[in-house]
Amino acid sequence: MLPLDLYDSIESAWCPGCGNFPMLKAFKEALAELEIRPEEIVVVSGIGQSSKFPHYLKCHTFNGIHGRTLPVATGFRLVNRDLKVVAVAGDGDCYGEGGNHLLAAFRRNPDITLVTHNNQVYGLTKGQASPTSDQGFKSLIQPQGVPYPPLHTLALAVAQDCSWVARGFAGEGEHLKNLYKEALTHKGFSFLEVLQPCVTFNKINTYKWYRQRVYRVAETPDYDPENELWAYQKAKEWGERIPLGVIYRKVRPALEEAYPRLEIKSLARPESTPPVSRLLADFY
Amino acid sequence: MAVDLNILIGGAAGQGVHAISLPLAKALVRHGCQVITRQDYQSRIRGGHLFNVIRVADRPLLSGREGVDLLVALNQETVTLHQGELAPDGVLIYDAAHVKEVPAGVRSLALSHDTLLPGTQAGEIAVNAGASGAVLGLLQVPVAGLTQLLADTFAGKGPEVVEWNEKAATRGQELGEAIPLAVTLAGITAPPEPRLLISGHEALALGALAGGLKFICGYPMTPWTSLFNAVSQRAAEWQVVVEQAEDEIAAINMAIGASYAGARALTGTSGGGFCLMTEGLGLAAMTETPLVIVVAMRPGPSTGLPTRTDQGDLNLVLYSGQGDFPRAVLAPGTPAQGYLLMAKALNLADRYQLPVLILTDQYFGDSQLTHTAPEFPEVAVERALSLETTTPYERYALTPDGVSPRRLPGMGPGLVVADSDEHTPDGHLTEDLSVRIQMQAKRQRKLEGLVQELGGLTFAGAEEAPLTLACWGSSLGPVHEAVTRLNQAGTPARMVHLSELWPFPREAVARALGSAQKLVLVEGNYTGQLNGLLRQETGLQAHHLIRRYDGLPFTPEYILKDLKGIA
Repeated sequence: MLPLDLYDSIESAWCPGCGNFPMLKAFKEALAELEIRPEEIVVVSGIGQSSKFPHYLKCHTFNGIHGRTLPVATGFRLVNRDLKVVAVAGDGDCYGEGGNHLLAAFRRNPDITLVTHNNQVYGLTKGQASPTSDQGFKSLIQPQGVPYPPLHTLALAVAQDCSWVARGFAGEGEHLKNLYKEALTHKGFSFLEVLQPCVTFNKINTYKWYRQRVYRVAETPDYDPENELWAYQKAKEWGERIPLGVIYRKVRPALEEAYPRLEIKSLARPESTPPVSRLLADFY
Repeated sequence: MAVDLNILIGGAAGQGVHAISLPLAKALVRHGCQVITRQDYQSRIRGGHLFNVIRVADRPLLSGREGVDLLVALNQETVTLHQGELAPDGVLIYDAAHVKEVPAGVRSLALSHDTLLPGTQAGEIAVNAGASGAVLGLLQVPVAGLTQLLADTFAGKGPEVVEWNEKAATRGQELGEAIPLAVTLAGITAPPEPRLLISGHEALALGALAGGLKFICGYPMTPWTSLFNAVSQRAAEWQVVVEQAEDEIAAINMAIGASYAGARALTGTSGGGFCLMTEGLGLAAMTETPLVIVVAMRPGPSTGLPTRTDQGDLNLVLYSGQGDFPRAVLAPGTPAQGYLLMAKALNLADRYQLPVLILTDQYFGDSQLTHTAPEFPEVAVERALSLETTTPYERYALTPDGVSPRRLPGMGPGLVVADSDEHTPDGHLTEDLSVRIQMQAKRQRKLEGLVQELGGLTFAGAEEAPLTLACWGSSLGPVHEAVTRLNQAGTPARMVHLSELWPFPREAVARALGSAQKLVLVEGNYTGQLNGLLRQETGLQAHHLIRRYDGLPFTPEYILKDLKGIA
């Protein structure tokens, strides 16, 4: 176990009471318990309140642009096999702006942990509906309410054989920490969606709202996360009851195993490049 | 007698135009000729009309030209479309199964499966190999070089296919030889050092590999795809990671992630694909992540003419992306120059930690030129990394030249924090506006060093000529030949070609063009984009613009025709 203050970074700009705080705490605990040092992990993020996450954690950081977290993380993973790679994104970032990359990541199965902070609202831009806002959710742009149902991202993940799919809740820190640990040790693409109440802009899906609905999927008698159809049912469950925990697991080879292995030493100091005479041989 | 022949091979897509022209062009180079090829094709997989032109000479060639001396027609449409270009002493070689009407008074040679390979099931192999052989026969070139190439190409398809190719080529050569032609290549001998036939995009691929490329990512789009293919086919041998992205946005962001991890990374696209990449371009600039991006031009706007050529994206690559940020823009004129510029681009990207754009186009990418090996020297790989281990590490340390020491995640204890927000020297987001001023100035300072390394002017023709033709990118060859012909005809003229366009090498260009009595700019776009840049940067502007925007490349004839009356 490493000391938690090892991960202390700059002061946060999140709202008091934000669901991001317990997530950051649980994530630091998971790293400390797994003894992953700050220099052994890279956290890639996009734009949104959740994307400030790596700034508030001591780690290698790439804070890119809205929606593009997964491509940056995938490019990194294809070059560097040594560091833990974590992608952090919000529901608007990952499911809206970056939806195509999410589909591609399910297929590719890179050894990356994707953590989505799902608060069912756009926080940074002040309260518009997100892809996961419930039908009827009202905002300045949707005064009559969102006319269609939310995106079922976990069901999408199961349908596409994402190799590890789970849901956590910012209000259940110990359980969340354990999910972080399992995600970080999973080989392949691990997709952890965390219900993260936005205390400022989402007055519907509050801590209380979630607490009344969440339950542990592992408490379902005989539940088997490798049973695809059962996992699909659980992944689609939303509304009165919301399952937490590991919903789906499927063993698949990680993306990078199909590619040449690059070593950081030879990247930094290339000892040999292709001799030009060999390259030219095709053209005589 | 000087040799200068144009061979046009045309047919429907899927009929074998490339199967004829590629080995034929190579066989002619091996024989000792100088060759340049050009591809013209439509945006379809089968049918339509496509053709390749092989220009053959006994002296170095940088450009194609107009006119046809030998017309190889696989269908009637090729005859209809191109018979008017055929020289009076030209010869039509045609597939008798598909060409039924031969124009009167044209010397011709009919080829058919049954005369070439009777009693076999060789299909299109017969006429394809037979036509290549017939061209060699007409030009009195031995067929052995061609049959060897065909044997190498088709070795994987079994001995029967190899034998059919050899027989058909040999029979075709005999049929061709029987037709007397004023021009012969019999007197040409191969040089002691064999020559290369290589396209612009193939040369860029070699420059990337020789320059230590380790990651390439893209989305297919004509004409960029041929470069993506050329690297990908060689990637396994040289441990290069290749990934086909789900879209161009992913492609550039993946390449940025790979570069942040430490790989020399390349992405590329054409027209609309680059529009999708522009946000990522700014990300590379803001995070100071080295990246090379190839933009292979085709006529726009929007889908435009997908398979044709154009030089209309100079303004796009110069000004794309929100905010002010430093970038470099290079535009090679020949394959060999492209090879060197790609290696230079990779080094500049690393040393100045910024995006470097290489502008090519369909004509540059697909056309093959004859080169020699010494034009492709070994290139240096300048990674410019800071290898010493210090903590805390500041990714964006303020330095006099604006370049911060660069480290890679995983190289040691220093944490590498990169951010698309405005950031402090240690990489964390900030809204301290005094830091913003420092950082914006630091990034822009990199241009001061960078511009010192650019010049990239190529001169040809008469030094003190009153008439100067300036051009950039792929029009080097046609302008070069136009200038040569002007001088031969007694009109002193000079070419100035720009291959390094941004940061604009203001002093070198002003020196080269300031004294021109008559300055003509040759550009493959409507508005004269280089002319605008020239005026903006030097106050100079062309007296006359020669423009082309019909999707076809410049030819010497096109330029000379436009010059009539002013030169």
